[in-house]
Amino acid sequence: MRGRTVRTALKYLALLGYVVFLAFPLAWLLSTALKTPQEMASLDPTWIPRHPTLANFADAFDEQDIVGSAARSLVVALASAVITVVVALPAAYALARYRGALNKIAIGWVLVSQVFPVILIIIPLFMVLRGLDLVNTLPGLMLVHVTFTLPFALWMLQGYVRAVPRELEEAAAVDGAGRLRALAAVVAPLLVPGVVATLLFAFISSWNEFLFALVVLKDPEVATLPLTLVKFTGPEGVVRLGPLAAASLLATIPSLAFFAVIQRRLRSGLMAGAVKG
Amino acid sequence: MTLTAARPAGTRRRPAQSGARARETFLLLLPALVPVLVLSVGPLVYGILLAFTDARSGRNTETSFVGLANFADLLADGDFWESFRIGMVWAVSVTVLQFLASLGLALLLNQDLRLRGFARVLALVPWAMPPVVIGLMWRLVYHPDAGILNAVLGTDVDWLNDFSVALPAVIVVGIWMGMPQTTVVLLAGLQNVPKELHEAAGVDGAGVWRRFWSVTLPQLRPVIVAITSLDFVWNINQFSLVYVLTQGGPGGRTRLPMLFAYEEAFRYGFFGYAATLGVAITIVVLAVLGLYLWRQMREAD
Repeated sequence: MRGRTVRTALKYLALLGYVVFLAFPLAWLLSTALKTPQEMASLDPTWIPRHPTLANFADAFDEQDIVGSAARSLVVALASAVITVVVALPAAYALARYRGALNKIAIGWVLVSQVFPVILIIIPLFMVLRGLDLVNTLPGLMLVHVTFTLPFALWMLQGYVRAVPRELEEAAAVDGAGRLRALAAVVAPLLVPGVVATLLFAFISSWNEFLFALVVLKDPEVATLPLTLVKFTGPEGVVRLGPLAAASLLATIPSLAFFAVIQRRLRSGLMAGAVKG
Repeated sequence: MTLTAARPAGTRRRPAQSGARARETFLLLLPALVPVLVLSVGPLVYGILLAFTDARSGRNTETSFVGLANFADLLADGDFWESFRIGMVWAVSVTVLQFLASLGLALLLNQDLRLRGFARVLALVPWAMPPVVIGLMWRLVYHPDAGILNAVLGTDVDWLNDFSVALPAVIVVGIWMGMPQTTVVLLAGLQNVPKELHEAAGVDGAGVWRRFWSVTLPQLRPVIVAITSLDFVWNINQFSLVYVLTQGGPGGRTRLPMLFAYEEAFRYGFFGYAATLGVAITIVVLAVLGLYLWRQMREAD
């Protein structure tokens, strides 16, 4: 009995260690975001802000760069999420319904695209975009985000299509509804949750993305939020850390909220991939 | 290529419909196929070809084939080998430590402990955060004056600018960032281990550790191999996190291969040489993965 109590205590201790490791950077980000510039400049950092303030959030909103780049990030993420799903849905349907060699090639491509370093694709891609005069433009970045979200989105969507029983579709077609009517009336409503999950996934991918944005968008006037955040700390140093922390927290909210909605589906998807891989 | 491969299978079964069906499949795939071919497969092939040229970033520069000259340069490039060594230290340390940490956490989360729900949610947060924000957040933690780490430890270290501490400091962040995926996969694997196996071993008198070594681990093996392989590939190709944390500094001590290649391409404009770096890294990754998977399979037999 004693041995068991000691073991349970050790387990809680270990779990507590994990919680501390995972939580303390997040807590520090929050704490920094709530501190006054005077407190930031003091040489004795404390966990709890002495005079908690929301002024840093207001400062972040006052920064022209941050608001503008957040708006641009939003446009790019929304557009690339919608385009990704519109482009991927028919292909996902084809992959799910007409299985065979196609499927293997698609899966093969998803895996291959993981192994090759992005640098190998990004240089020629940059040259293609330059040829199309799309460097330094948001549509250029959208195009890249769509391409790189597509394999995983396709993978997610075809799983959802597969979950819709083929008999439902065939029954509707037999009842005299045309093929397309059957798809629109029977299959489409059942796909809505899957489509929403894929939209959110594509949105998060684009909203969080940094390297392509860094290469495609050279001008500060077209920078997306991650680019602006990285350039935020200037020579003023410590005093600007408060607004930076506040802006970082704000930048995390959309991803975190959407992720909370889809995490269960992502988890099962990753699991399936890992077991098969 | 994809379509010719798909057609024969359909032909055998329903000869009358196959033509229409293949056309339909083609039309359905087209919108996805075009961007993937034009913006992904095409550039990848072109990128590999670039590795054998002296391409520069300028719009009107002449490009010519140089054969294996870039690869010869690469072999003699001490900076690249240093960056490559750092990349291997980074990728192997992060993958191994992350695996051990995640396995411990997954084992705890798989038990009936209080706080479990909270820890589970917390363990997913890094997955959702933008890598840039993770980098900035840890820069605040590591900040020499305003950071919490020095205040807690009572030290006075400039973590990210110290020649000997910078790489370990960056590795810790890598572990923190990658733990969610690894933990989730291992936890799901643990939940798939049949309970009967444990009970049978328990009846045979096996203790907790014995059961872990001879029941849980062998059952978990395919999942472990899959996730550590993926983690290794992701880690060796890491860019954003370290770019934000250190930009490869101090003095190149954290310059991972991708940061090196990025600088060659977009700071100095050596497109051809940067592509060579990409090809070389791919070859190494495939070799390491191949060796690792081969050994795992041989041991599993």
